[in-house]
Amino acid sequence: MVNKSDIKKNGESVDRDGFGPSTVQDEVVLELKNLQTHFTTKWGTVKACDGVSYAVKKGETLGVVGESGSGKSVTALSIMRLIQSPPGMIAGGEVILNGRNILELSEKEMTKVRGGEISMILQDPMQALNPVFDINNQVGEAIGIHQKVKGKTRWNKVVDALRKVRIPAPEMRARDYPHQLSGGMRQRVVGAIGISSNPSVIIADEPTTSLDVTIQAAYLRLLKQIQSETGAAIIFITHDFGIVAKMCDRVAVMYAGRIVEMADVREIFNNPLHEYTKALIGSVTKLEEKTGRLPQIEGQPPLLYNLPPGDAFAPRSPLKYDEKDALIRPELVEVEQDHFVQLSRCSVADFDKYKDKVSY
Amino acid sequence: MTTEEKKDYSKVGSAVGCSNDGDPIIQVRNIRKWYQVNKSIPIFGKVDWLKAVDDVSFDVPAGKTIGLVGESGCGKTTTAKMVLGLENPSTDGETEVGEIFFQGENVNDLTAAGKREMRRSVQAVFQDPWSSLNPRMRVNTIISEPLEINTTMTKKERDVRAGDLLAEVGLNPYQGNLYPHEFSGGQRQRIGIARALALNPKLIVLDEPVSALDVSIRAQIMNLLVDLQNEHDLAYILIAHNLATVRYMCHRTAVMYLGVVQEYGDTEEIFAHPTHLYTNALISAALPSHPDIERDEIVLPGEVVSPVNPPAGDVFMTRTPLPVRKNHKYTKERPPLIEVGKDHYVVETPWSTVTGHDLSEFRLSVDQEMK
Ligand SMILES: Nc1ncnc2c1ncn2[C@@H]1O[C@H](COP(=O)(O)OP(=O)(O)O)[C@@H](O)[C@H]1O
Ligand SMILES: Nc1ncnc2c1ncn2[C@@H]1O[C@H](COP(=O)(O)OP(=O)(O)O)[C@@H](O)[C@H]1O
Ligand SMILES: [Mg+2]
Ligand SMILES: [Mg+2]
Repeated sequence: MVNKSDIKKNGESVDRDGFGPSTVQDEVVLELKNLQTHFTTKWGTVKACDGVSYAVKKGETLGVVGESGSGKSVTALSIMRLIQSPPGMIAGGEVILNGRNILELSEKEMTKVRGGEISMILQDPMQALNPVFDINNQVGEAIGIHQKVKGKTRWNKVVDALRKVRIPAPEMRARDYPHQLSGGMRQRVVGAIGISSNPSVIIADEPTTSLDVTIQAAYLRLLKQIQSETGAAIIFITHDFGIVAKMCDRVAVMYAGRIVEMADVREIFNNPLHEYTKALIGSVTKLEEKTGRLPQIEGQPPLLYNLPPGDAFAPRSPLKYDEKDALIRPELVEVEQDHFVQLSRCSVADFDKYKDKVSY
Repeated sequence: MTTEEKKDYSKVGSAVGCSNDGDPIIQVRNIRKWYQVNKSIPIFGKVDWLKAVDDVSFDVPAGKTIGLVGESGCGKTTTAKMVLGLENPSTDGETEVGEIFFQGENVNDLTAAGKREMRRSVQAVFQDPWSSLNPRMRVNTIISEPLEINTTMTKKERDVRAGDLLAEVGLNPYQGNLYPHEFSGGQRQRIGIARALALNPKLIVLDEPVSALDVSIRAQIMNLLVDLQNEHDLAYILIAHNLATVRYMCHRTAVMYLGVVQEYGDTEEIFAHPTHLYTNALISAALPSHPDIERDEIVLPGEVVSPVNPPAGDVFMTRTPLPVRKNHKYTKERPPLIEVGKDHYVVETPWSTVTGHDLSEFRLSVDQEMK
């Protein structure tokens, strides 16, 4: 079972794991343009999201990957306009959802967008659910907000939503309270609330970190099925390249509030250019073979109020470089078609190959 | 290694797959832990038992790692607690059931000096780096607390030792003056490991030591644990639900389900020829390390079954996707572990490939899963 025959030949199309074929369509549903979110702290300004740009297409799953503190959640909360101010503030950029910049909407209009066109599924289901209300109440409220339904119709919709996320005996579970459900079932309820509005974008912020492997696999498969039924775009936030390998069509790697590399999932795995991407992929423990010592990234992610100027990754890069090159702020450049990398002499071994694409 | 007299293992009972090879530090024989769930009102005298651990045996040889793997609730932590003496193996809350041996001696028969030696020799590191360290204590104090309790070292000697330990786990000795909240998750786990190392133990019980950490930090901690093992000839009991972690770290592995070991033996042997359907299901659910790797999904219906009043015989009967046939040999008593390869054992049930099943039979479509 754990062997080389699990590796798909190029172009092989058997669906072994029930995750289905890719559902990516051409239409862009969400685009971030140079999004910037800052926090004012006693140590200074924290640029947690420091000029992030990416686009997600209908039916596409974009993985946003990086270590804790790299700004993944802040970027997601900025899209939802849920950054608390103060201390936070969206300092610039655009978030184009289905053709309009939602940063310009009134708070009232934005409330409709949240839990309507976009919805966010959080990491900790206990945080998302209220312990004193039953499941019917909470899923029903979510449905009621954007569909204005009551009574029997509402009840039927709740049961339907629970059925959609494959909760067994939904009529009974709807009367349960959160603590009566297992972790996996709670996560599904949160999922049911998340998809009840038929969103065009689902943001999943590490929704499976605390789950068992079996339950995690079932939940990921469920998200994929919902996607193939509804054509939703998914932004999947994670620190685990294993999830990326399983789930994502495209990947954006974040470090210190910025994207350092972005490409198609196979391109990222087969041809990573940034040392940070290489290190994150390398540090995934392989089940397929007994490996020698694991490659590891030295050091810790940086504190964002105390960032080195220029290339923030340079201090952890294994490459040899000139100190003055570390001071240059690297740009995100399209080096091959649809393959973007933050071109720095300190963190990209192939810098010279692409150096005519930048002015430094 | 210090020169010690040859240990006497003659009192240790035998168990399938366990021998006295490699001078085991700990040997566990047929331990059980049942919790009574309806304490206040046993209706009509009927008592419900939650069988957290139900007949587990294994050896922990010096310098080697034993992995306990399985979904949450299968009894891994409870097993570890019994090894650590934090719970007593019992099926009624009082009477001891099964035996635990420390270097060949039943732990109940240890002399006061023997008990002290065991307390020093067996240490633990827990999963949650956020709550396992006292937030009001400086790191130096946290690390040297075991030294203060168990040795006659002076404050100054202890501080020096704490500094050495911090260096050994990859931290800076000056960081000993800081408080836990000033460290990241990975660094806190290093502090926990330094504390566990303070008394030069022979065995460290590691309960999900990397599950709460970022993948990149997990690699650092696993490398550190392997280095320390080689350096100090340390034995580990490693509890994990991530199979890749187990394959990387463990020499021997026990796959547990509902408090019972389903498959046991040499780790490489198990991964090369996973035999029990449950082991195969865990493997199929594990995340791939490349998008081109796609394993056949083996979908088990539902979630882990409640350990309250589990089946008397084969515990997997209530989770298997296949029908339980009339000729199932073990519906009333526990199936024994049988040898299926070199140092590789599996419970004798219809759910293993040795009994002639082709695994493709187990593959379920997702729609079937819903029913
Ligand atoms: N409320 C806040 N006040 C100050 N800084 C914050 C706040 N929220 C987030 N940050 C900063 O933003 C950084 C990125 O956080 P986050 O987006 O949560 O990271 P990730 O999701 O990648 O783990 C954090 O390291 C922190 O410095
Ligand atoms: N003190 C206790 N009282 C009652 N039940 C317990 C107690 N400790 C653990 N359990 C139960 O025993 C089972 C096994 O738990 P545990 O050993 O923690 O599993 P694991 O570590 O494999 O997740 C679970 O069903 C758990 O709820
Ligand atoms: Mg986050
Ligand atoms: Mg546990």
